[in-house]
Amino acid sequence: MSTNDVLLTMRDVRIDGYSDDRWHHIINGVDITLKRGEILGLIGESGAGKSTLGLAAMGFARPGCKIVGGSIEFDGIDLLKLNHAELRNLHGSRIAYVAQSAAASFNPAHRLINQTIESTVSHGISDIETAKEDAIELYRDLQLPDPEHIGQRYPHQVSGGQLQRVMTAMAMSSRPDLIIFDEPTTALDVTTQVEVLTAMRTIVEKYNTAAIYITHDLAVVAQMADAIKVLRYGETVEDAPTRQMMANPKETYTQSLWAVRSIEKPPQPAIDTVLEINHVHASYGKSVKVLNNINIKVPRGQTLAVVGESGSGKSTTARVITGLLPPLEGNITFNGNDLPAALKNRSKKQLQSIQMIYQMADTAMNPRHTVRDIIGRPLHFYLGLTGQAQDQRIMQLLHLIELDESFLERYPSELSGGQKQRICIARALAAEPELIICDEVTSALDQIVQEGILKLLLRLQKELGITYIFITHDIATVRAIADQVVVMYQGKVVEQGGKEEIFTAPFPEYTELLLSSVPEMDPDWLTQLQQQRAAADA
Amino acid sequence: MNTPTTPHEDYSAANEVTLVKARRSVLQNVWRTLKTAPPTAWFGMVVICLYLIVALFAPLFAPHGQAQVFPMAYAPWSDEFLLGTDALGRDVYSRLIYGARNTIGIAVATTLLAFLIGGSLGLMAAISRNWLDQVLSRFVDVLMAIPSLIFALMLLSIFGSSAINLIFIIAVLDATRVFRLTRAVALNVVVMDYVEAAKLRGEGLMWIMRREILPNIMPPLVAEFGLRFCFVFLTIAALSFLGVGIQPPTADWGSMVRENAGLIQFAEYDLTAALTPMIPAAAIALLTVAVNFVVDWFLHQTSGLRDEH
Repeated sequence: MSTNDVLLTMRDVRIDGYSDDRWHHIINGVDITLKRGEILGLIGESGAGKSTLGLAAMGFARPGCKIVGGSIEFDGIDLLKLNHAELRNLHGSRIAYVAQSAAASFNPAHRLINQTIESTVSHGISDIETAKEDAIELYRDLQLPDPEHIGQRYPHQVSGGQLQRVMTAMAMSSRPDLIIFDEPTTALDVTTQVEVLTAMRTIVEKYNTAAIYITHDLAVVAQMADAIKVLRYGETVEDAPTRQMMANPKETYTQSLWAVRSIEKPPQPAIDTVLEINHVHASYGKSVKVLNNINIKVPRGQTLAVVGESGSGKSTTARVITGLLPPLEGNITFNGNDLPAALKNRSKKQLQSIQMIYQMADTAMNPRHTVRDIIGRPLHFYLGLTGQAQDQRIMQLLHLIELDESFLERYPSELSGGQKQRICIARALAAEPELIICDEVTSALDQIVQEGILKLLLRLQKELGITYIFITHDIATVRAIADQVVVMYQGKVVEQGGKEEIFTAPFPEYTELLLSSVPEMDPDWLTQLQQQRAAADA
Repeated sequence: MNTPTTPHEDYSAANEVTLVKARRSVLQNVWRTLKTAPPTAWFGMVVICLYLIVALFAPLFAPHGQAQVFPMAYAPWSDEFLLGTDALGRDVYSRLIYGARNTIGIAVATTLLAFLIGGSLGLMAAISRNWLDQVLSRFVDVLMAIPSLIFALMLLSIFGSSAINLIFIIAVLDATRVFRLTRAVALNVVVMDYVEAAKLRGEGLMWIMRREILPNIMPPLVAEFGLRFCFVFLTIAALSFLGVGIQPPTADWGSMVRENAGLIQFAEYDLTAALTPMIPAAAIALLTVAVNFVVDWFLHQTSGLRDEH
């Protein structure tokens, strides 16, 4: 970063948000200084105010929020003094925004290239023909396949990773001075994430664009940013150049972000098998097979991790086990007995012994039921507990998941993400199951909360001897809690074995790709990976 | 890397910050909501309350019986007959009051029945999503393809127009619309993980309908109840006006308009005579408008749309 002139200065910015009939402070006096061509990483848990701050850098506040104090100066212009029309002129020409969910940000009815050039043309920066040529050039820079023609496709005809790159092209098309990236790779698989990160970094460097990169993933921000700012409760916790912060974090909170993967689980030998999946084939309707000859053995009292990217058949496997999707061929045995294929043929006892915990705790709990209703129902349904006995058991379960009686009458909307997931765990435990299927249970949670949940699950396993099937795409989680690992790819089991075995070379080709794509806490990791892969291709 | 050994000793799941709404009793909640109601909604609620009081206590308010015949037909407005008498010499004012009871009572019963039929079938169709859904949905399509007023006229002339038949026929015809709405909103809820979780638990259809889905689709259904009530009310009035609705001597507003419609031509001699058929018509209109005001406000409340600050 040779140039020293400052592009964006935010001084003592304060933002209030309106909820539950009053105003709350969301951002409490944060300063940002960004030079031309510099990338600043904003990191923090959900609710820390990252996105609000990112939008404020554009002079924008969401409906229900207002900027109440401080100053925001972009290249000598005071953004807070501009009116709507002037701000709109600036957005999409000199400041651009890349949102988390590319799929939700594109209009499904228009071709990609027309959407890419839309703002450039409407701002009068260039005419349609030049803009189109330029867009193709950007597609090439972003390593999109077939850059000349991909723009003719509609959003649903390209993959999630490609769509995110097209969105970056859209943001770049006016050659802005500043781009805000709001968690652009959070929704992507690790293998895709690497490609998108590489492409974004290359293009931002090429055009010397300044950027604010918002994420909760420290390893990702380490690859992208020149400096990192850690936010918590709308305040700056720590602020330092990337390398300095990675090497020597000062604040306890920052250190805790670094240390999240401190869980270690010594692998144990498998004794006997609780559930066995034999030669299972499955499909939705008459379409292509989603599962192709799956054989999995689940060891009793241990954790089997099922790993793979989206579309690999992980969740379908769970649906087959639970009976929601009867397999076309093959069978499942539970404790040595055949498990009926369809849900409606299973006995109450069989239903009780296999429980499920979902990825999105928000949608897994009825918003109109209180915690008491949610945990009490399986107690009543399976064990026939009512009144006092039921209440006592609910209290025991709440203590088991480290919550207390003040939660009894709360509705799901009054719980934090981690608390919701804990209530879901309690609901599964209430049935006193032998096997719990955990479908990406931590992937929607912040790092610290994730660790809390994983520790809880491990403790419960030790105390109650429950077996877990843990579906995830996060390799770090697998390392932390698994005994056995199954790697899936395109509906097939690529590899199965003990954790040590799977994570020691030599790897099958896909496992290698998956493992090498997991970002590491090393600012040079992406550069090195790029070089390695380039060398391998050559 | 500088890694402390126990990084989150102070971390506790119970202490994570969330917004917990203050606990209030149902009554407090209702009062809080009412305080923010706009004047139109207040107007609507007051009018509806007045109608209900009149309907419930009709014998106390009415000076004469609804079928009581006096020997003077077409009596003008006077102290004894506030709004005069009709062709048979019955007191129009008393019939107006009894009409509230009959017309509103039948409309409420019909709407409730329509929701019971349409709502439960719609929920079943949404949950099952199989042949049952197909059969019910196509049957509803067929029913809706026939203009409902003509269909109702036909059915009433086949089965005879008693109050019971009237309620059943209009309820079934209106249930088609309730079915469609219930099915559409329930479909959004059925795909939620908590419904899947209930299925995995082994819960029966009734539980899933009543406890998992119904509470989550209540707001649009309540709003639809208000609107449906208006339409049912108008349908009954229209059928009575056509002579196949509520049968004499039972008083109702639709047939009162028809019976006294001829008086309009005497407007140039006596304005009050011309007003006589207008008053039951105005009673119908006022109630419909009032219900709509309340429904509008309710929809705005539950839609989650907030005024931007």
